[in-house]
This record gives sequence, structure tokens and C-alpha cells, in this order.
Amino acid sequence: MDFSIVWQYFPMLLEGAWVTLWITVVSLLIGLGLAIPLSVARLSKNRFVSSPAYLFVLYFRGTPLLVQIFLIYYGSGQFRHELSDLGLWGFFRDPWFCGILALVLNTTAYSAEIFRGAISAVPRNDIEAGRACGMSGLLLFRRITMPKAFRIGLPAYGNEVIFLLQATSLVSTITILDLTGISRQLISKTFAVYEFYLTAAAMYLVMTYLLVYIFRVWEKRMNGHLKERLTSKTS
Amino acid sequence: MLDHNMGHKINYENSPTAFGSMMTLALSITDLHKSFNENEVIKGMSLEANQGDVISLIGASGSGKSTFLRCINLLETPNSGEVRVDGELIAMKTDSKGHRMPADQKQVDRIRTKLGMVFQTFNLWSHMTILQNIMEAPIHVLGQSKSEAHEKAMKLLDKVGIADKAHQYPDHLSGGQQQRAAIARALAMDPEVMLFDEPTSALDPELVGEVLKVMRQLADEGRTMIVVTHEMSFAREVSSKVVFLHQGLIEEQGTPEEVFQNPKSERCRKFLASSY
Repeated sequence: MDFSIVWQYFPMLLEGAWVTLWITVVSLLIGLGLAIPLSVARLSKNRFVSSPAYLFVLYFRGTPLLVQIFLIYYGSGQFRHELSDLGLWGFFRDPWFCGILALVLNTTAYSAEIFRGAISAVPRNDIEAGRACGMSGLLLFRRITMPKAFRIGLPAYGNEVIFLLQATSLVSTITILDLTGISRQLISKTFAVYEFYLTAAAMYLVMTYLLVYIFRVWEKRMNGHLKERLTSKTS
Repeated sequence: MLDHNMGHKINYENSPTAFGSMMTLALSITDLHKSFNENEVIKGMSLEANQGDVISLIGASGSGKSTFLRCINLLETPNSGEVRVDGELIAMKTDSKGHRMPADQKQVDRIRTKLGMVFQTFNLWSHMTILQNIMEAPIHVLGQSKSEAHEKAMKLLDKVGIADKAHQYPDHLSGGQQQRAAIARALAMDPEVMLFDEPTSALDPELVGEVLKVMRQLADEGRTMIVVTHEMSFAREVSSKVVFLHQGLIEEQGTPEEVFQNPKSERCRKFLASSY
């Protein structure tokens, strides 16, 4: 094993890691923005609202992410004329757009399920206290339900974030040079398979730990009321 | 005075606030029915509260006391009957499936701000500090400024004797302190009527007294209060009126002296005998 060759190409790997992180964060932010309304739709009593949300979640959780990426990137080529007419072909021929779209839809489905569970788990007493004070609708959701649900769902959501970081490696299959893509390219040039994949793995580990750390700090801040109770009881 | 109910209806609907305060019924419930599926829990109850009245609802578990109280602020939707708060009728409608529901959620929200609710299980928002709990609705429902709400909240916490707990989370407090915080939260809305749903039933016996003391204080200040309670000494000493419920109906009502010393109904007598 000769890691000096890795060192030589290290700036390129860093660039790839940056791409990975960038794709992760962008997909997460868009996905989070879509997941919250989708989770509310899932919980709607109106079947015309909840059924489409349910089918969306069922599809994106029920099929492999790689298949979704291929469908969007390669599959859209079959509808080139239609997409051109709509002025959308420019987007669908772009691997970045397709990769991020697939990741966004995928994480939206998983996150929506997390938040659906979390919203259902908000204690009825909290909601009733809000209603008794004259809150309803969006105000009640924004001030009471969502802050509480977010705290309940945060650990599971942190898990989803880590999963998404790993899942971004799949976009390397549609020509995007993320950390995995760059590694593969460098391996085909140098044949140093073990060295590059091991380095890439280590870099994923560092990024994962970074996310774990961020979420740990976040959880502690959000759940201050729980943590302090535990310590005050044991002391 | 005897026939004032007849004249009231018209006046109330036209101008709820124009009427003299002496005559204004803070709360008026007429022929309320409530069923859960096939099970009729409230079988036609009426109740009126003048301003400054303290009405205790007593009765065995399952007699419908709590359900009746929760129907007043529509935490339970009555199947039929009228609820008027400060003269204003809560408008109800029936949807296409035959479910009763409020005709105007905005009206319900507005009326709820006039009805301070204190729950058996406190129902403080556990992720907010005591101070945040109290300031939440005045800021976001009534639109008060932060400084205004803060000042008021601190005064109320002082009043219920837990000003030093303002920045603690509910789970740090004893049950009695939590319930006093919940009372302060309800008072922060400047309600016309306070509704207490068994406020001491979830408390350890030694903590009951501190909550009752706050409630006595409110009664002495002339607050209109409807109290579902098992605390017979409170009902006897503090209320202006005691209502005994049995199986979803008012079995007996009157002044504490009438109900406690000379109950007309056999059931009420038995219930009171078993409550001591």
C-alpha cells in the first residue's frame, strides 16, 4: 500500500468531499421544506389530500434510490420532446439536477414519515392547552404542534440525515464527481483501489461524525427541559 | 329579576356588551346534550353563572362533570344545546355527515380567550419555561407586546407564589407549583370566567392546599369560576352555588348550605355521606 499517491491527489478528494457535502445539505434543506407540508397532508382527514401523500411516500420508500436516480436521469430521455416542449429538457439533461431531484424526493418521503409519527406523538394535552387559550389552525400548528413534534422527531431525523449523506454516493453513477465519483476516477487512473476507497471511507466517516455532532448539540439545546430534569433528579 | 331570562335572549344577540354589568350573565348553558357514540353522557343540562359566581360541580366519577365543563369551551362538541359566554351565543352547525361543529372557528377561538381553563393534569407545555408558558398566548393570540406580557406574567407568578420559578421548566416543579403556574397561564388572558377541571385531583395530598389557597384568593377577588371538584370543603366554603350531577343530569343544586346541610335528593345525600 502506498498512501503517498493519495496525498498527491488529496486536493481533488477534498473537492469531491465538498461536492458530497453540498449535495447533502441542498437536498436536506429542500427535502425538509417539502416534508413538513407532506407529513401534514398524510395526516389530513380528507382522503383527496392524504392519499396522494401516502402514494408518494409509498413509492419513494418502496423503491431503491438507485432505480429512482436512473429513472429520472436516463428515463427522462425517452420524453425528450415532451420535456423540450415544456422547456424542461435543460433541467433533465443535467445530471446535477436529476441527482439532486432524486435525493430530494427520496429524503422528503422518509422525513415526512418521521414527522408524521412525531406529529402524532405530540401529547393531546399540549394541543388542548393551546386550543383552550384560543389557538387553532396554523397558529396552533406553528406555535405548539410543530415545535414539540420537531423535538420528538429530531433523533430519527438525524438518522435520516446521515443516511442521506451516504446515499449521495449513488449520484456518482450519473457522472457527478462527488467523493465517490472522484475516487473512482482516480482509481481508474492509478489502480490504487484500496488506498483511495479507504481514504474516501475515512472522509465519509469524518463528515458523518460532523453531522452526528451537530445533531447532538442541537438535540441538547432543543431538549434542555428533559436533560436538566434527569440531572437534577440524579443529583 | 325572576323573568329576566326571557328578556335577555333578544338583548344579548343584538348587543352582547350593551347590557348593564349587573344583569350580564357571565355564562349561560341551555339544555346541553353530549354523547360519545351511543353513550349519552350529558342528558340535557342547563346552568347559569352571574359575574362573581363560584359554582362547584360535584358528583361521582362518570356523572358527566368534566365533560360538561369541557363542552363549555368546546373542547368537547355538544350534540345540542346553547352555550353563551358574556351574552354571546356560540354558533354551531351540522355538517353533511351530521356531525355538530362550530360554525365559526374564529368565534370559538375568541370566546376561548374569555374562558381560562385549568386542567387536571396541568397541561403546561413542557418544552417552554414557566414564563414562556404564561407569555405564549397573550403574545401570539392577544397580540400583546413582549414587555407587556412579561410584566403581566411576572405579576401573576408573584400572585400565585412562584415568581422564583419563572425560568424553570415545568418538569422541575412540584405538581402544586405546576398547577399554580397553569392557573397563572389562564389568568394571563384576562378571562371572564375560569374553568377548573378537577384541579387538585392529580396532586399529592400535601400539595392540594397550596392550589386551593390560590383558588380561594381568586374567588375572594370576585372571579367567576366553574369548578369541577372532589374537594368538598372547598365546595362548601368557597362556592356561591353547588351543583350535584348524577348520570348526566343535575340532580340537585343550591347554595352550599342547602346542598350540604339539607340535600333534597337521596342520591346527593348518599354521595355526600360517602365523600367524608
